[in-house]
Amino acid sequence: MKVDRHLVLSMLAPGAALAAWLALGGVLLRMTLDPGQRAAVDAVLGPLVPSHGMLPVLWWLTAAALAAWVTSRLYEAHVAAPARLADATEMLIGDATAPDLVPQGGAATRDLIEAINGLAGARRSLQEDMARLVAEASRGVAEQRDQLGALMAELNQSVVACNLDGRILLYNERSRQLFRRLSRAPQGAAGAELIGLGRSIYGVIDPAMIAHALETVERRIARGGGATTVSARFVTGTPAGHLLRVSMAPVRPAASDGPALTGFVLLLDDITDEYQAHSRRDLQLLELTEASRASFASMQAALDMLDYSDLDAEERDRFHKVVRDEVSAMSARLAALAASTSQDLMTRWPLQEMLGADLLAAAARRIEADTGQPVASDDVDGTLWLSIDSFALIQALAFLASRLVEAFDRPDLRIRLTRAGNRAHLDLIWAGEDARAETLTGWQTGAMQVGDTRSPLSVRDVVERHGGEVWFERDRACELYFFRFLLPVATGEPVDSSRGGSRPEYYDFDLFAASEGSRAPDDRLLGEIAYTVFDTETTGLDPVQGDEILQIGATRIVNGKLLRGECLDQLVDPQRNIPEASIQIHGIRSEMVRGQPTIAEALPAFHAFASDTVLVGHNVAFDMRFLKFKEAVSGVRFDQPVLDTLLLSSVVHPNEASHSLDAIAARLGVTVSGRHTALGDALATAEVFLKLLPLLRQQNIFTLGQAREAAQESYYARLRY
Amino acid sequence: MSLKLLIADDEPNIVVSLEFMMKREGYEVLVARDGRQALEAIRRERPQLVLLDAMMPGMSGFDVCEAVRADEQVRDTRILMLTAKGRDTDVARGVGVGADAYMTKPFSTRDLMQKVREMLA
Repeated sequence: MKVDRHLVLSMLAPGAALAAWLALGGVLLRMTLDPGQRAAVDAVLGPLVPSHGMLPVLWWLTAAALAAWVTSRLYEAHVAAPARLADATEMLIGDATAPDLVPQGGAATRDLIEAINGLAGARRSLQEDMARLVAEASRGVAEQRDQLGALMAELNQSVVACNLDGRILLYNERSRQLFRRLSRAPQGAAGAELIGLGRSIYGVIDPAMIAHALETVERRIARGGGATTVSARFVTGTPAGHLLRVSMAPVRPAASDGPALTGFVLLLDDITDEYQAHSRRDLQLLELTEASRASFASMQAALDMLDYSDLDAEERDRFHKVVRDEVSAMSARLAALAASTSQDLMTRWPLQEMLGADLLAAAARRIEADTGQPVASDDVDGTLWLSIDSFALIQALAFLASRLVEAFDRPDLRIRLTRAGNRAHLDLIWAGEDARAETLTGWQTGAMQVGDTRSPLSVRDVVERHGGEVWFERDRACELYFFRFLLPVATGEPVDSSRGGSRPEYYDFDLFAASEGSRAPDDRLLGEIAYTVFDTETTGLDPVQGDEILQIGATRIVNGKLLRGECLDQLVDPQRNIPEASIQIHGIRSEMVRGQPTIAEALPAFHAFASDTVLVGHNVAFDMRFLKFKEAVSGVRFDQPVLDTLLLSSVVHPNEASHSLDAIAARLGVTVSGRHTALGDALATAEVFLKLLPLLRQQNIFTLGQAREAAQESYYARLRY
Repeated sequence: MSLKLLIADDEPNIVVSLEFMMKREGYEVLVARDGRQALEAIRRERPQLVLLDAMMPGMSGFDVCEAVRADEQVRDTRILMLTAKGRDTDVARGVGVGADAYMTKPFSTRDLMQKVREMLA
């Protein structure tokens, strides 16, 4: 047990004081005596010292012991216990979850301890409440974000939200597709060089246009417009020659009602095709009008001439020929026009693309629910994508089916979907009884009513909405009767919105406050920088000796998040043979790169993809040598800062022997898939890089400049360069 | 002497009738098949009146009209534009470049005849 010096001293003090007090009393007493009396006292007491001397000492000792004991009790109660109490309270201050103080000491101390415990308890419950509220709030926010994300993903319109610097905070799958079309880069970039979190919208839309629209919006807000009336619209051309119709809505802080904007939301429509179709139609109309006028003028003049009674036969023939000529010319013009515009005139109604089999399944369910009658759908072309208004079409089918069930008492119903050239046949079939033509026509043209719901549309209206047809057909041999719908087939590749797996990151509202532009590059915090993490596969090791890049893979890290949805994956035609030895490593054979862009076409796309970011790679000096060597032929320079995960790893773990990507990944607990494809390696490098960032912070490496400096000084850097 | 009149149109089917009609009216009729021929004919033959089609290959009627008004020798030639371009913008352009009158195809030959007589009066 530890000896408390203070306690020992306080226990000895009363005995010492008593001894001093007694000695002082003796001395004072002696001083009051004259020498004779002193000698007499000495003479009386002197002989008693050996025999009775211990008696006063023992007396004193007893008193000292008693005093020591009392002091120790007092010390315990008034010094040690409060000190312990203070320590325990300190602990409670530091850690709210520390256990309560143990009641001890006197009644007053116990009261004090209880009071402290009460205070601590109150604070604990307050903290728990706060934590619960924060958790609830962030769950609410996360839910809202997820809902927003889901909504955006399903939305049929391209949406892009930006902060005032034009940096993209949010975009949806539609806009991703739109930008893929706008992209002039080779396929591998797929528009990811244009749209991405943290990228600038100004890469696509002229900043002056945005500034003008913002001005309009601000003016309207200042005039006191409501949320719906302040948005601005404009049409702009893109560098790739597309026409975009843009609607801009401001983002205003909800709390204050001041005019300050924090960003804007853009709704984008690619109206290139629409515009071209309109222009084409206008032009055709104009040409037809003018050609017709000319023809009519010739005919009218000729007919006027024929009115002269004194024409000879030859003159008469001549004017007749003019009329005949012009009539046949006009017929030919009209025929040509009809042929060219029938496709355009087909539909103005917004149709969606749907797998035919899905439509039939939904229609069968609806008919069964409405009529209680099973519907077979055995003959369905599962590859057919239709371009339809599925709600109205299912309604039409259900209506006809319910009429049939009423008229024929439980007929055997079937639906069938087959391809017919560039259209589709959708048949609603019943077996057995024929029906009167007038009835069937009435069903097609009358307003649809199923149960209590009455539609303003007729079956024919619905069909016309699709630019299709509907008729009644008999297959007398099989005693089958059916309504046949002629429907448009979806053109182009259907949009597959049911991608499996998790939805990629399409939004990051933390970027609202992003301010990296205001710092000098080297002072930017590592966690706030946008990175392009990339890797290349090559035919060999030395660009100077003629080795070439075969594949570029890249992904992005923005705001500390790996954006797996924003990747570049580009094969490159090296325009030389690929050594067999290198195929062992990357598996890229010459037939795979045939028809791919050359490095002169691929590098500018990668350059755009990496613009405004810091490059990250593993042993990146190797890749950078190739990029630098190709600067002349590609016309792009990669002059942004570069970080190397190999060097950073050696900064973090200077004593490890291996800093290969696999070794680092294993050390940091990153599972790597798709190694030795450029994109696979880039993704692995990105994950490794993200794991390295907190380890760098532990070494007081916070900024880009510090990271670059540390990497330069690392053992590996000195060894290799 | 008979008045000289130029028909400039690339549509032979209308030229046939116009030529026939104007000749019957006693005019001396010249025919040009495109804008360039028309301008040459105007400079060479100095017709009093030109029936000018706006849409001709090469040099359009508008171009011919402009060239005529810019040429001091022939700038007083009367010009009646006969054209299938019927939008009011086209009429405005025709008058703007200096046509004395503008008739939109199709027209009745009686109206045309009347106009021609007025313009040559």
